[in-house]
Amino acid sequence: MTNQTAVLDETMEEIDSPPPARAILSNSFEARSPELPAWFREQQQMAWTKFGSLPYPNRKDQPWRFSNVKALDLSGYNFGAPLSQSERDEILERSSGLHQVAGRLIFADDQLLRRDPLPQELLAAGVLLKPLERAIVEHEDLFRRHFMAQPATLGSAKFAALHEAFVTSGTFVYVPRGVEVELPIEIFHWLHGENASVFPHTLLIADELAKVTVIEHFQSAHSDRAGFACGVNDLVVGRGAKLNYVCTQNWNQKALAIQINSTSVERDASAKSLNVHLGGAYSRFESLSRLTGEGARSDLLAVSVADNAQEFDARTLQDHASPHTTSDLLYKNALTDRARNTFGGLIRVEPHAHFTDAYQTVRNLLLSDDAEANSMPGLEILADNVKCSHGATSGQLGENEMFYLLSRGIPASVAKQLLVSGFLNEVVDRLDHPAITGHIHELIEAKFARR
Amino acid sequence: MVKETSPLEIERNVGNFAYPETHTHDAGVGLSEKTIHYIADIKEDPDWVREFRLNAYKTFMSKPMPTHWASKDLEAIVFDNIRYYLSGGVQPKRNWEDVPDDVKRTFERLGIPEQERKFLAGVEAQFDSEAVYSNIKKAVGEQGVIFVGSREGLKDHPEIFRKWFGKVIPTGDNKFSALNSAVFSGGSFIYVPPGVKVKHPLQAYFRINAENFGQFERTLIICDEGAELTYMEGCTAPKFNTATLHSAVVELVALKGAKIQYITVQNWSSNVFNLVTKRGLAHEDAEVKWIDCNIGSRLTMKYPGVIMKGRRARGEVLSIALAGDGQHQDTGAKMVHAADETTSNIISKSISIGEGRATYRGLVQIPKHLKNCKNNTECDALLINSTSRTDTYPAITVRGTGNSVQHEASVSQVSAEQIFYMQQRGLTKAQAMSLSVNGFVNDLVRQFPMEYSVELKRLIELEMEGSVG
Repeated sequence: MTNQTAVLDETMEEIDSPPPARAILSNSFEARSPELPAWFREQQQMAWTKFGSLPYPNRKDQPWRFSNVKALDLSGYNFGAPLSQSERDEILERSSGLHQVAGRLIFADDQLLRRDPLPQELLAAGVLLKPLERAIVEHEDLFRRHFMAQPATLGSAKFAALHEAFVTSGTFVYVPRGVEVELPIEIFHWLHGENASVFPHTLLIADELAKVTVIEHFQSAHSDRAGFACGVNDLVVGRGAKLNYVCTQNWNQKALAIQINSTSVERDASAKSLNVHLGGAYSRFESLSRLTGEGARSDLLAVSVADNAQEFDARTLQDHASPHTTSDLLYKNALTDRARNTFGGLIRVEPHAHFTDAYQTVRNLLLSDDAEANSMPGLEILADNVKCSHGATSGQLGENEMFYLLSRGIPASVAKQLLVSGFLNEVVDRLDHPAITGHIHELIEAKFARR
Repeated sequence: MVKETSPLEIERNVGNFAYPETHTHDAGVGLSEKTIHYIADIKEDPDWVREFRLNAYKTFMSKPMPTHWASKDLEAIVFDNIRYYLSGGVQPKRNWEDVPDDVKRTFERLGIPEQERKFLAGVEAQFDSEAVYSNIKKAVGEQGVIFVGSREGLKDHPEIFRKWFGKVIPTGDNKFSALNSAVFSGGSFIYVPPGVKVKHPLQAYFRINAENFGQFERTLIICDEGAELTYMEGCTAPKFNTATLHSAVVELVALKGAKIQYITVQNWSSNVFNLVTKRGLAHEDAEVKWIDCNIGSRLTMKYPGVIMKGRRARGEVLSIALAGDGQHQDTGAKMVHAADETTSNIISKSISIGEGRATYRGLVQIPKHLKNCKNNTECDALLINSTSRTDTYPAITVRGTGNSVQHEASVSQVSAEQIFYMQQRGLTKAQAMSLSVNGFVNDLVRQFPMEYSVELKRLIELEMEGSVG
């Protein structure tokens, strides 16, 4: 395979102006960025081989049950062309998230458009906020130790390999021992070109007793361009540290999105994640939360609003590997039109992880006759003295609540929206961060307004 | 300690005895088309049944083992080592006196004739591949109730049974339903005419006596409009060192307004693979209720289902599983809603003891454009020891705005305070544990017929005594 690549390189040189956007799938591998260190490019080559050797998902496999695997056709996507200055300016103009942030990175089609550095006192305290490609070189040890350290076990090993093969940029955050970053760190990833693909990666390390909040925004520059996003996040929460992670997934409705997140929470640490799923034609989200030390706690929150023929597919694993750990999952989904939602979640309490508290709640709100919700809440308990429960419900808006609002002169459409917002807000408000929850409410309302 | 566990051993192993084999018909070891023909010849199957068997054999061969989702333990089944048909003749006796002596002694030890006299409307006793005894009380027979084996049912009453045979559970439903369809023998075919409410339960008792054997009974119960029936099955086998396979197919058809209650107390020995497909079809206003109690076997995979085909049909599964050392009870329920205003209820309670593993696997489906369908699912698991394991894997699909589904599951331990409280009042720890566990399943057990609930309570009591310490 390596020889073939060399041959291909030669033929490429003969072409005067190489095609602006290279297809992501080809017969041979070529690293996207020659600037990355050789060891990493080698790793990418291996990941590419792995991608090729793993089978495409099949609905008969439990991790893909109910999922529309036909949507996973990657043949049409390319790496996107360099953006012109005016395109960059326009995207920067539209990258509005939170008013106050500690630092900000903005990417479009995997190209870094802008970097708002951290304030001086955080830099002095040793906090790092860097593009991933620089961290690979400058913090090789930390990078090697944590980059995709958790294998993707929830079904998307093939796509994790694809991500590893093609990741060229992303965000590296490191918060040293005892340092608290008050304001959120903000990251934007845009899909821009026709059929462009992005491979966003966020590697986030909160060292002992550190505190940090990170918010990511996934958006499309054009509503009518297809695109493919294949992201991986590694969130590492050290002893006693506290991490809040928020992602607003708002790709356009032609995008195909796969996001694979893994969080490891060490002793006495706590992680809270909130994922808001609004965009994508098909959006698959895998979230692994591994509790590795006593006293660790993980809160997994998510909401989704699906309309038209959107499909959301979420798979989660709350993996209790140590005694005296707690996890709490709350996912709420509102569906209308012909939208589909699948939730497959598992609480796994490993042997000896006694005195575990683990909860999992999924609520689906079906707003149309063609909407479909599939729930597979699972438990695997191999330890003793655990408190575990899960609940899944699917239902519709309450008649009494609707009647109450209508009888007070509120039009049906507004009443409906109020009730759906109320249904979702229970999750969003658990983040307990007014600036971010305010932003999320706006996004959800904007989605309703588009209808 | 040893003394304390000894009554338990006796109870668990109530069926652990075997008599020498005296079979006159033996299809030999392994499965091929020849085996199928052998069985069809002995049974003098009509041509269409033979054809049905041969097609099923092909389906069985073409289907893979479901190990991508199910327990890898299935790989321990060697289909070539199993004997698929053993009997002393195809015609069951109508009188206990006519049953061969050692077979009679077997069932007397299990208390079957006694139960028949006491509270049953009819009994069928199957020994390896065929029923050796089958009788229905005269008064019940006179009401037009048909209670025969699968061979007689298909041969003598094709106009009733052929219509539904293999319709609720198609041959290709899964690998084991295909296997059963190829080599089925024994089981009950029951028809209850319109409006007839059978007061006392009909019972079938399934006994495996031979080693390396596979039992493949086939049961089809049809309750005509407004009819009602309770059917109970029990089963035991001696414990051999080799694997025994039990793979039944049970189809229930409840026509308009009919009610079927099907009760199983499964107490196979711990070398039995119990891989059973059970499903009921409920028409308008009909009700199918499965009461499923799994105590024995090495691996049980059984998910009784109800397809609610008519308006206001109702399905219910009440399930109790007790998994001890070396056991995996992979049980659950399937509820398929196919008409408006259908309701279903699943209550599953499992207890894992020692290294036992109890799994709940469920499926609830409410497809498009149905109105006012409701499902309620509750799964509670109790873990007794730190090495015990429990899993819950439900799959729920709902479409549309008119329906509601709720699923809840919890996992807990016997409360230390409860045990303390009881011990403080002079109970031994074992007694306290058993009381507590009985309390856990009590609301379900109360729904069982009296004779079974008493039996079940005793089994739990004895099981608990061995697990404390």
